[in-house]
Amino acid sequence: MIKNILRTPSFLWTAAVLLVLLLVPFFAGRFYVYILAVVFVTGLLAMSLNLLVGHGGAYQFHHCVFYGVGAYTAGLILAKTSLPAWVGLCAGPLAAALTGLVIGAFCVRLNKLYFGMLQISLGSLIWIVALRWYDLTNGDDGIHGIPMPELLSGSVNAYYFLLIVVSACLALMYLILKSPFGATLRAVRDNPQRCEAVGIDVRRHQLLAIVIGTFFAGVAGVLFVVLEGSVFPDMLFWVLSLEIFIMCLLGGWFTFFGPMLGAAIMVALRTFVGSYTDYWTLILGVVLILLIFFLPEGIMGVNFRSWQRRRERRRSADAVR
Amino acid sequence: METSHTLAALTSQLLVGLSRAMILFIVSSGLSFILGVLRVPNVAHGSLYMIGAFAAHTIATAFDGSVAAFWLAMFCAPLIVAVISLVAERLLFCHLYEREHLMLLLFTFALMLILGDLTKMTWGADYRSIVAPPFLQGSIPVLGTAFPRYNLFLLLVGPLVAVGLWLLSSKTKFGKIARAAAVDREMVGAIGINVSWVFAFAFVLGCLLAGLGGALVSPTISITLGMDHSIIIEAFLIVTIGGLGNIWGAMVGSLIFGITQSVGVMVLPQFAIVFPYLAVVIILTLKPTGLLKSVW
Repeated sequence: MIKNILRTPSFLWTAAVLLVLLLVPFFAGRFYVYILAVVFVTGLLAMSLNLLVGHGGAYQFHHCVFYGVGAYTAGLILAKTSLPAWVGLCAGPLAAALTGLVIGAFCVRLNKLYFGMLQISLGSLIWIVALRWYDLTNGDDGIHGIPMPELLSGSVNAYYFLLIVVSACLALMYLILKSPFGATLRAVRDNPQRCEAVGIDVRRHQLLAIVIGTFFAGVAGVLFVVLEGSVFPDMLFWVLSLEIFIMCLLGGWFTFFGPMLGAAIMVALRTFVGSYTDYWTLILGVVLILLIFFLPEGIMGVNFRSWQRRRERRRSADAVR
Repeated sequence: METSHTLAALTSQLLVGLSRAMILFIVSSGLSFILGVLRVPNVAHGSLYMIGAFAAHTIATAFDGSVAAFWLAMFCAPLIVAVISLVAERLLFCHLYEREHLMLLLFTFALMLILGDLTKMTWGADYRSIVAPPFLQGSIPVLGTAFPRYNLFLLLVGPLVAVGLWLLSSKTKFGKIARAAAVDREMVGAIGINVSWVFAFAFVLGCLLAGLGGALVSPTISITLGMDHSIIIEAFLIVTIGGLGNIWGAMVGSLIFGITQSVGVMVLPQFAIVFPYLAVVIILTLKPTGLLKSVW
């Protein structure tokens, strides 16, 4: 089975892209290395949301809270305690997954929009605490200059660390989505009633998906701390949650790498358009409306469709022959 | 002496909380109305509130701050917001009703991004403020404390809006059609009613309330960019604890929000803003679908 996977074109493409990314620091300037690293973090965050929304069908309206919780946990442990750095880096995703478990346990009792509204409420409580607890979190200012271990400091070191962790997370996510659990999750998304009828515990599957998704969001949060050395309350603010939605929409909901592509486009827009004009959110809004009207399945979604159609045509041609 | 002093402080805080609750109610009832009929959480609601406040400022200061200009501002600012929302609805939003809710939500988010930047272009990033007309300035004694007259005015307007909205949605033909369209839009369409226009009217009415809230709040705060972000999250929470789409639920939620915050100021000033959120979480853990009956 593994041999088969290794031979598929999508695997070869992935390996080629990975190789190029490994070599980037040798020929690209520091600025571009940094931008790529930002794309990795944002992309992982978007893909963790897609795991829940695109594949799990959950109305995860306030996903960035878990990203923020992961980042704040790691940042606080690194900046305010004398524990070894790896404790902080590991505690971030765990704290995010634990928060996901608690919030998710309340949310899965409800469906659709109520799920989302409840999550916005519970998430906002965490945001407001982070914003107001000056003694712990420095409130509005956030925490800056978080000390990093030698191995992870410097933009190139951070880049490689991020590349390794993000690749590992994506591989893990891919395996999860290919597993029977992933298949069940999509079944729950498409028809919860029928799943309930054949004996699948819908809520438990959704809750498990939330824990997994929030864990990866926490990883993204920790990686943000590694890259930027700072945390601030805007990481928990609901506007960011909606921005992650845009990334997923941009890249394509039901595709695997779509959200990563969406994140890359978003980061590029913010960096390059944002340096020309103060009104880049206006442009983002217009792009979003155009997407909703003309490309509701995202860039990858459309590609994926036409690619699938072509493959089917080829297959039927083979059959005739 | 000491107890009467605390009592006076408590009363004054309570009254301030109540008048704050009225603003929150006017905004969140609009949000709730849209949620009830269109089933869309209108993320752009906060931006429309902000535009209402900026528009009120422009109109009120255009005529050297005369009393008539103030009332004109209170009347016209919501209308300007209504026109903006009508254009957005007829031009773009109405083509999306068949889509998934997530797409509708993202559309309103796009609207929020665009309106936010357009506000920045039109009015700039300065802080602005309006002065209320003379007979609404100053304060009157209430139970041993001085209570601002403008807040008293808000305490009158809030219930008026509530009753008006309740009459509209439960006693008029339009309200009945709107509620029916929310439950089964195909059936309503089948008996010959133009559902698209019903939705348009409901959306515009909700947005008008956002603009009214912005206009009414403008004399009490400094008008600035960013006021959209804070109000929308509060309005979302209020609508959720009240029961989605329930007008009286929005009232109950606003009162809880306003009062817990004003009492919180007395207990722990630094964390005052946390108290309403805490109340929301407690309510939602006990009753996840909100205090009053949701319309759906």
